[in-house]
Amino acid sequence: MLLQTSALSRHFAGLVAVDRVDLAIPQGGIHAVIGPNGAGKTTLFNLISGLATPTAGQISFAGQDITLLPADRRAQAGMARTFQNIRVFATMSVLDNALTGLHARLSASLPAIIARLPGFRRAERDAIARAQAALALVGLQDRAYTQAGALAYGDQRRLEIARAMAGGPRLLLLDEPAAGMNPAERAALATLIRAIAAQGTTVLLVEHDMPFVMGLSDSVTVLNFGRRIFAGPPGAARQDPGVIEAYIGHKAAVRLAGQAP
Amino acid sequence: MLAQQLLNGLLLGATYALFALGFTLMFGVLRVVNLTYGFYFTAGAFLALWLTQAGAPLFLALPAAAIASGLIATLLDWLLLTRLRRAGADELASLMVTLGAVLALYAGMTAWLGPDIRRLPPGLIAAGALEAFGLRITLAQILILAACALLVGLLLWLMRGTRLGLAIRAMAERPDTAALMGIATARLAALVSFVSGALAGAGGVLIGLNFNAIHPYMGESMMLRGFVVIVVGGLGNIFGALVAGLLLGIIEVLTAGYISSGLKEAVAFALLVLVLWTRPAGLFGTTLARKA
Amino acid sequence: MAWFDDLLFTYQNLAVALGVNGLLALSMYVVLAVGQLSLGQAAFMGLGAYSSALMSLQLGWPFWAVLPLSCVVPVLFALAVGGPTLRLNGVYLAIATIGLGEVLRGVYLNVDVLGGAMGLSGIPEAAPLWLIYAMLALAVLVLWQVGKSGIGRAMEAMRLDETAALSMGVNIRRYRLATLCASAVLAGLAGALSAHSTDFIGPNDFGFEPAVTILSFALLGGIGSPFAPVLGAWLLTLLPEVLRPLADVRLVMNGAVIVVAVLFLPRGLLAWRMPRHVRPGRAA
Repeated sequence: MLLQTSALSRHFAGLVAVDRVDLAIPQGGIHAVIGPNGAGKTTLFNLISGLATPTAGQISFAGQDITLLPADRRAQAGMARTFQNIRVFATMSVLDNALTGLHARLSASLPAIIARLPGFRRAERDAIARAQAALALVGLQDRAYTQAGALAYGDQRRLEIARAMAGGPRLLLLDEPAAGMNPAERAALATLIRAIAAQGTTVLLVEHDMPFVMGLSDSVTVLNFGRRIFAGPPGAARQDPGVIEAYIGHKAAVRLAGQAP
Repeated sequence: MLAQQLLNGLLLGATYALFALGFTLMFGVLRVVNLTYGFYFTAGAFLALWLTQAGAPLFLALPAAAIASGLIATLLDWLLLTRLRRAGADELASLMVTLGAVLALYAGMTAWLGPDIRRLPPGLIAAGALEAFGLRITLAQILILAACALLVGLLLWLMRGTRLGLAIRAMAERPDTAALMGIATARLAALVSFVSGALAGAGGVLIGLNFNAIHPYMGESMMLRGFVVIVVGGLGNIFGALVAGLLLGIIEVLTAGYISSGLKEAVAFALLVLVLWTRPAGLFGTTLARKA
Repeated sequence: MAWFDDLLFTYQNLAVALGVNGLLALSMYVVLAVGQLSLGQAAFMGLGAYSSALMSLQLGWPFWAVLPLSCVVPVLFALAVGGPTLRLNGVYLAIATIGLGEVLRGVYLNVDVLGGAMGLSGIPEAAPLWLIYAMLALAVLVLWQVGKSGIGRAMEAMRLDETAALSMGVNIRRYRLATLCASAVLAGLAGALSAHSTDFIGPNDFGFEPAVTILSFALLGGIGSPFAPVLGAWLLTLLPEVLRPLADVRLVMNGAVIVVAVLFLPRGLLAWRMPRHVRPGRAA
C-alpha cells in the first residue's frame, strides 16, 4: 500500500470531524474519497497532507509511519496536493509557481547560489525544464510569464495541479478539483487526471460530485459524518444502500427501495 | 511601607487600565493597531490644561477634554483608516499610516508648543490628604480612582448592557457577518473610535493630574505600556485590560521601590514577552482569535 | 580631488547614515520578504553596536576582528528568542519584538559596563566610509542572488500563502529562523559600523522610535527587490536634510511622507518586482 491510515480520528471541540477512518490506497491508479458536504473529506485530506494533526490513529506512506511528520517533510517524501479554494501564489509568474513545486528537489548551497556556480546554474536550468514540462502537461506552457493571479479560474486550478506535479510526486492529492467547473472543463480535467495516473503518479481525490468520480476512479471510499461507510469499486458504491442513504437521505432511500421491482 | 506601595501601585495601575481600555477596544473591535492612540492621551491632557488655565473647574474640564479627544480620534480614524479599511489592506498598512501620522502629530505639537513640561494651575484640587491605618492618599488620588471606576463602569455598561454594545461585540467577532446583519459598521467604527479616544483623553487628564507634568510626547511612553496591558490582558478583553493595568501599576511601583526605578520598564516588558511566549492568548484567555 | 574631500568632510555624518540606514533597511527587508512583521532590527543593531564597542573599548581588539564578531551576539540572541517568538504572527510578533527591544534598552540603562543612560563614548572611529558602502553593496548583491534562486521563491511563496508553501515542502520554521538570523547579521553589522563611525552610542539609539523608523524605510521603498528598501532608507535619511531650512516642521513632513506613501503607494515607491528565477535565455 502506498498510503494507509488506520483508525484515523480528528476531533474539534465537541465535534468528531474524522472518526476512526481506515484507508488503503495502493500504488498506481485513481482513487476517490467521496461523501456529502461536511462528511469530513477535507479534514481527512489535511490529516494526510499534514496540515492538521490527528487526535488518534496512524498514517503511513510508502511503508514509513508519517503520523508525526510535518507537512513540508511529507511533501519532500513525495506527496503533493491542491486546495479546494485556489491557493496559487497570485503575484508570482505562472512559471515561478510551478518552480515552487520543485522546492523540495532543489538543494543548492548558499555559496553556490551567491557565486552562481555551475552546479547551481545546472540545477536551475533543470528545474525550469521540469516546471515547463509540468505546465505543458496541463496546457499552460504558453502562459509561463503571465502573473498567476491574472489567469482565468479554470487555468488557476490547472496551475495548482502543475505546481503539485512539477516535483514528480508519488501521490497527488486533489481537493475537489472539479469544483466550480462547467461540464466541458470537467471532461478536460478527467482527461488530465487520467494522463497523470498513466505517468505513474497515484492520484487520490476528494469530491462530492458522484458522477464525476464514478467514471474516473478505480476505487472509492465513502465518508459520512466522519465515518467510512464504504470502500470498494465505484460500481458497488452506486448500489450500496448505506451510500445511497447518505447521499439522498433516509426517507428518499426507503421510497427508492419501495419503487424498485 | 508595603501597603503604601501597593496603594500607589493600584492608583498608577488604575490610570494604565483606563488608558488601555480604549486601546483594547480599538484594537479588538476595529482590528487595527492604531498608533495615534497615544496622541489622544496627549491631546486630552493639553485640552484640560488650557481649559483649567482659562478658569474652568476640573469637573467641567475633564469631560470636555475627553469628548474633544474622542472627536479628534473619530476624525483621524476617518482620515487615515477608512480608505484602507475599504480596500481591505493588511494590518501592516494601518500600522504604518498611523505611525506616520503620530510622528507628524507629536512633532507638530512640539514645533507649535515647544517640548517644555507644563503644569496645571495650582489649587485645582484641594491639597488635602486622607490618612488611615498608616496609609496616605491625596484628594487628587481619590479623584483619579473615582473617575477610573466611573469610566470603567460606564464602559462595561455600554458593552454589556446596551444594544449598541451587542452590535460592537458582534463586529469584533465577525466584521463581515455583522455587516450582513445590517449593522452599520462604518458608523460603529466611528463610535468605537470616539469612545476609545475619549477614554485616552480622560486618561491623559488624570495622569496629568497625578504627576502634574504635561508635554507633547507623554502619550508615547504610555503607548508602550498600553501594549503591555492589552497583550497581558488579552486582546479586546475589557476585564483583562483592567486587571493587567492594575497589575502593571503595582509591578512598576514595587520594582521601583525594591529593585531599581531604572528597571521598572524593563520588568514590564519582560512580563509582556513572557506572556506572549507562554500564554499568547493573554493571562485571562480571550474570545478573539490571536492570529491577527 | 580636494573638493571631493571637502564634500565628504561636510557630509561625513550624512554619508555614514545613508550607508548604515541602507543596511538596516535590508535587515528589515529580509524578514518582510517572508511575511514576518518582526521589529527587532533596532534591538539587533544595539546588540551589534554595544558588543562591538565593548570589544574595542574594553578588550582593545582591532576593528577588522571586531566587525565580523559584531554579528555573533545579535545572532545568538535571535537563536535564543526565535523559537518561542516566531510562533507568533502579525501584530503579536511586532509587539513581542518591540518588547524584547525595550527589555534590552532597560539592560543598557542599568548595567554599569554598558554606560547606563550616558551610553558609551570614545569608541574609535575605525570604520572607513568605503567599508560601509562595500558591505551595503555586498548585502544587496547577496540578497539579489538569493532572491532569484529557489530560496527566494520559497520566501515569496511563504509570504503570499504559508499553507500552500508548506505543502510545497517549504520548511517554514527553518526559513523564519534563518531570515531572523540574516536580519540579525545585517543589523549587527550596521550597529558596529555606526558605533565605529560616530564614537558614541546610547540606549535610546535602539528603542521604539528607531525600530519603527527602520520599518518605514522598507515600506516606503517597497519589498519588490533589495534595491527598493535601500531607496526608501536613502529618501527618509535625506528628507530631513533637504527640509533643514524648515527646521521644526521637518519631522512633521517626515511623518506626513509616510502617511501619503502608505495611502497612495501601497507597494512602495519602487514597485518593480524582481523575477524569481534565472532567465533561461532566449533558447529555452
